[in-house]
Amino acid sequence: MLRIEGLSAWHGEAQVLRDVDLFVERGEVVTLCGRNGAGKTTLLRCVMGLHGNQTGAVHLDGDDITARKVHQRARRGLGWVPDDRGAYATLTVAEHLTLPPVVGPAPWSLEQVHEAFPALYTRRASPATKLSGGEQQMLALARVLRMGATVLLCDEPTEGLSPLLVQQVGEILRRAKALGVTVLLVEQNIHFATTVADRHYLLAEGRIVGHFDNTDIHSREADLLAHLGI
Amino acid sequence: MSTVVLLTLTGLGLAALYFLVASGLALVFGLADVLNFAHGLFLSVGAYGTWWASGNLPGAGASGWGFVLAVIFGVVCGTVVAALVELVLIRPLYSRTIEQVLVTVGLSLAGVALLQASWGADPRTYPRPQWTQELTEVAGARVPNDRFLLIGAAVIVLAGLLAFLKFTRIGLVIRAGVEDRSMVTALGIDVRRAFTLVFAIGGAAAALAGALGGVYAGSISPTGGSSLLIFGFIVVVIGGMGSVVGAAYAAVAVGLLQQFVNYTSPGLGDICVVALLAIVLLIRPQGITGKVATS
Repeated sequence: MLRIEGLSAWHGEAQVLRDVDLFVERGEVVTLCGRNGAGKTTLLRCVMGLHGNQTGAVHLDGDDITARKVHQRARRGLGWVPDDRGAYATLTVAEHLTLPPVVGPAPWSLEQVHEAFPALYTRRASPATKLSGGEQQMLALARVLRMGATVLLCDEPTEGLSPLLVQQVGEILRRAKALGVTVLLVEQNIHFATTVADRHYLLAEGRIVGHFDNTDIHSREADLLAHLGI
Repeated sequence: MSTVVLLTLTGLGLAALYFLVASGLALVFGLADVLNFAHGLFLSVGAYGTWWASGNLPGAGASGWGFVLAVIFGVVCGTVVAALVELVLIRPLYSRTIEQVLVTVGLSLAGVALLQASWGADPRTYPRPQWTQELTEVAGARVPNDRFLLIGAAVIVLAGLLAFLKFTRIGLVIRAGVEDRSMVTALGIDVRRAFTLVFAIGGAAAALAGALGGVYAGSISPTGGSSLLIFGFIVVVIGGMGSVVGAAYAAVAVGLLQQFVNYTSPGLGDICVVALLAIVLLIRPQGITGKVATS
């Protein structure tokens, strides 16, 4: 489904990703864990085509999309959920949901979105930046589901959210997964990660240093937490 | 009192010209990050196009509907030139700022030279329909009608632009793109397609400024576009790069300040405008509204 081969990336002179290989099967939820500065966000940005200075290859559904531009990758089904939530001050909530084109075979209808995210219905006429952090996160997720994106690239969707909202994000991701959506998730919260994801990659200093499934993660928790610096 | 009314309406007329120039500059800079020094060329093309059409285009003339047709011709010329400039010269140079500045500065110089070669360096007498030269009495002041023409045109353009940005799909893309372009592309939208349109809209507004500015000044010259462009840039910076409404506020502030200061101390108006720019940059570097297309 999504396969990354030999990916290296630089911020100016500094190398932030070193020869990363990973894959995510269709309908799988896979997390990228690692400390701040490990290269997780850069890796997601490389997959989306938003990071300029990179080498290596990104394959989607067997096609090499490395040379594709950002909007072409989105049209192929990549859904971008950035860590800053990407909300626009001049657009209302409703306009956020009509802005992107439909790119996949199963876009969520507005009714589905409003049923899953009731707050987005009641606040549909508000400028998106007036929403709470949690609501903005829901909007960012709703936007890519509305597009019918088949692969979600989510950068720390639970960051700064209350435990209740973290649960809600988890429910949405599980629901998307049940509908066959693939998710590559950057996540610092290991316990949350185990509730939504099938597998986990551990990234340190730009390299993949570990690969766990949910059964491993409990037996190797000490090892993992040491890597994460917790 | 009548002097204040006359100065105010003349200042607003000038503000209308500045706004017509600045609105396109603001959108082009806000969306595409292009500092377009060739924007004055679009204005000159509008002015010369209208001037040429009033004497040569069948049906067009120097008064009545003939003049309206001449202005439409001038605006179409400015729009086409702006779209071609974007497609041919700017498009290969996105995200290469230095090259863009060189190309647009070079183009503005070449445009002046081309106009000089075609129609000479001396000012040309511009067609002024009779109505624009008549006076209307407002609160005791006798105000030339061309002021109302300028103000009316700018208000219509402002309302039209805001409606376009608010109610159309491409307007939605432009508003989002002005705020955060890379996020728009990450949503699967090829935002560059909107660039040509924004250039064309900006070119049309600038060409209208050229066509109506000729009526206000009574003559046009090849360098006329560049001098108005300077005030256009000042208005864009004061208004907030990328904001149409900010450009409108800033144009009114600059036009009124310039008129009133020039009345009390002739020649000081331009200096005060630059001082206003410096104060805004010191106190509020993001401009009146910040980088937001419609607020």
